Amino acid sequence: MNNDIIIQLKDIAKTFDGETILHHINLDIKDKEFVTLLGPSGCGKTTTLRIIGGFETPDTGDVYFDGKRINDLPAYQRPVNTVFQKYALFPHLNVFENIAFGLRLKKLPEREIVKQVKDMLAMVNLRGFEHRKVTTLSGGQQQRVAIARALINHPKVLLLDEPLGALDLKLRKDMQVELKNMQKKTGITFIYVTHDQEEALSMSDKVVVMADGCIQQIGTPTDIYNEPINAFVADFIGESNIVDGVMVSDFKARFSGHTFDCVDSGFAPGEQVDVVVRPEDVDVVTPERGMLHGVVSSVTFKGDYYEIIVDVSGFKWMIETSDYVAPEATIGLHIEPDAIHIMKKSEYSDRFGDYSSFSDELDKLSDPEPEEEEEAQQ
Amino acid sequence: MNRSVTSVPPPAKRSSSILTKAACAPHTVWTVLFIVAPLLFVCYYAFTTEDGTLTLENITALGEHTDTFILSVCMSVIATVLCLLIGYPLAYCISKCGPRTQKVLIMLLMLPMWMNLLIRTYSMMAILDDGGFLNHILSALGFGELHIVGTAPAVIFGMVYNFLPYMVMPIHSVISKLDKRYIEAASDLGCNGFRTLTRVILPLSASGIISGVTMVFVPSISTFYISQKLGGGTFDMIGDTIERQFQNPSTYNVGAAISLVMMILILISMAVMNRFSDDEGTVIV
Repeated sequence: MNNDIIIQLKDIAKTFDGETILHHINLDIKDKEFVTLLGPSGCGKTTTLRIIGGFETPDTGDVYFDGKRINDLPAYQRPVNTVFQKYALFPHLNVFENIAFGLRLKKLPEREIVKQVKDMLAMVNLRGFEHRKVTTLSGGQQQRVAIARALINHPKVLLLDEPLGALDLKLRKDMQVELKNMQKKTGITFIYVTHDQEEALSMSDKVVVMADGCIQQIGTPTDIYNEPINAFVADFIGESNIVDGVMVSDFKARFSGHTFDCVDSGFAPGEQVDVVVRPEDVDVVTPERGMLHGVVSSVTFKGDYYEIIVDVSGFKWMIETSDYVAPEATIGLHIEPDAIHIMKKSEYSDRFGDYSSFSDELDKLSDPEPEEEEEAQQ
Repeated sequence: MNRSVTSVPPPAKRSSSILTKAACAPHTVWTVLFIVAPLLFVCYYAFTTEDGTLTLENITALGEHTDTFILSVCMSVIATVLCLLIGYPLAYCISKCGPRTQKVLIMLLMLPMWMNLLIRTYSMMAILDDGGFLNHILSALGFGELHIVGTAPAVIFGMVYNFLPYMVMPIHSVISKLDKRYIEAASDLGCNGFRTLTRVILPLSASGIISGVTMVFVPSISTFYISQKLGGGTFDMIGDTIERQFQNPSTYNVGAAISLVMMILILISMAVMNRFSDDEGTVIV
C-alpha cells in the first residue's frame, strides 16, 4: 500500500536565526498527485519545498524519496526539478539553450536535444521562440520557458514555488488550467506552493494547509472547504462566519442564543466548540421565520450576488444572498443543519471569522506578496 | 485650481534647466581645461614639427619604435592574463565568504593601494634586488642568490602586483551581486559545483571580467615606472619611450605622436572587448 508514496517527510524541523520555521512536519506525497502547500506568507511552505528540492537541509528529520533517505543527496543529484518563483531563467542563454540546459549536462547527442526542445516548446505553446532572449519575453512566456526547462529532464517530481505569483489575474487563470493539463498529460507529481486559496482549490488533488510552521490540515479541496479542522483553515479557505458555540448533545449545537440541529456528533455534551457557517449557506428570511435576527449594517453588490454584513446581537455575520435587502433593515436568518460545521477549539479560536472590522482594503493589506512581486517585475 | 496648475510648469521647467546648466558648469570647465585641451595639444604636437609646420614625419617615424610597441603589448597581455588567472578565483572565493569576512578581505586587498605606486614599486625593488631582502633569505637558506630585478618576469610581477586589485574588484562586485537563484537553478538542473561555475557563474560575470581586463591592461601597457625600476633600465616599454621624448623639448612632437597612437590602440582594444559583453553587461571603465 505504501508503494505509491513517492516523497515522505518525517519529523522535519527547521530553524533560521533562532526562529523556528518548521515544527516537526510529517507529510506523505503520492505518485502522480497534484499536491498544494497552501498558507499565508511565513508559514513554512516554501521552506518545505526547498527541503524537498535539496536547497535547505532540515535540522532534524528525514526526507525519503521512493523509500530511500535523500537527506544527504545534493540538489543536482535529486530526481526532482523546480520552477522557481520569478523563474530564474539564465539571462546569458536564449530560450532554446535555457530549455536544453539539463540535456546538455547529460551530454545527449545534438539531434536528440533539438528534437526534445522542439517538442517541449510545442507543449508550452512557444513554437518559434527558440532564439529569443529570455529577457525580452513577457512574464507568462518566461513562466512557460521555466516549466519547459524543468519538465524536459523528466523529473519524477516537479516543485513549483508560487509560479503564477507574478502574473496578472487573467493569465493566471489560463495558466492554472494549462498546468493542471500538463500534470495530467505527463503523469508527473506536482508539488505546488501558493498562498492563493482559490488556486489551491481549483488545481489540486490534495491540499496541505500550513500555518506557523505546522501542517493544519491535509485533504481534498472539498474536504478542506466543507470540513475545516479549525478556525484558521475555515477562515483561510474562503469566507466563513466562525461563532463560539456549545454542543448540547450529538446533532444539537447552541450558538448565538439559539439551539440548531446539525450533522456533527462525537463531542462531549456541553463542550465548547467553534461553529463555522459559510456566507452562501445562510438564507435570508423574514424576521418572524428566522432562527436568528439581525440588523443589516452594509450591503455590497458583487455582480451575481449581494454581500451583506448583518449584526446579530453584536456579532457581525457575512451573508451572500441573491435577494436585495435594504441597509438598516431587520432580517431573519435561517441555517440548514448541513450548513453548520462544528470544530474543536484550537489556538486559532476567536482570532478569525468575525466581520466587524472587515473591508476589502484590509483583505488586500494582509496579503502583501503579490504586490511585492509586481514591483520586482517592473 | 486646474488653471493655475497648467499655467505654472513652463517657467519652472526653464529655471530648472538653467540650474542644471549652472550645476554642470564646473564640470564642463574642468573637462575642457584638463581633458579636451590636453588632447588637442597632443594632436597638434603629433602632426607638427618643432617650429610649428604641419607634418606626418612624427607618425612615420614611429616605425623605429615597433619593437617597443610589440614588447609592451606582450608584457601587458601576459600581466593581464596572470591577473585574471589569479584574480578570478580570488574574487570568487571572497564572494563565497560571509559578509564580514568579505569586507575584511576586500580591505586587505585595497590596503596596498593606499600607498603610492612609486613607493610600492621601490619597496618591491628593495625586496627583490640583488643583495635585497629576498636574496638575503635565499642565501641564508643556502639556495644561492637569484638575479630578479632587470628581468622580464620582474617587470611582469610588478604589473601583476600593482594592478591585481583592479582585476579582483569588478569581478568580485559582479559575482557577489549575482542572484543566488541562478546558482540554485543550475544545481536543480544537474550542475555540480564546478559546472555551476563554468556554465552559469563564469558567463554571468563576463561584464566584471571585461572591466577587470580593461582596468589592468590599460595601465599595464602605458606604465613606465614599473619597467624602469624593476626592469633595471634594460626594459624599454612604450611608456618609457614616451617619457624620454618629453624630457627633451626637441622630441615633444615624437612623444605626442606615440601617445596618440597608443591612445588609439587602447580605444580599439576596448571597443573590441566591449563587443564581447552582451548589451546588459554594464562595463565600468
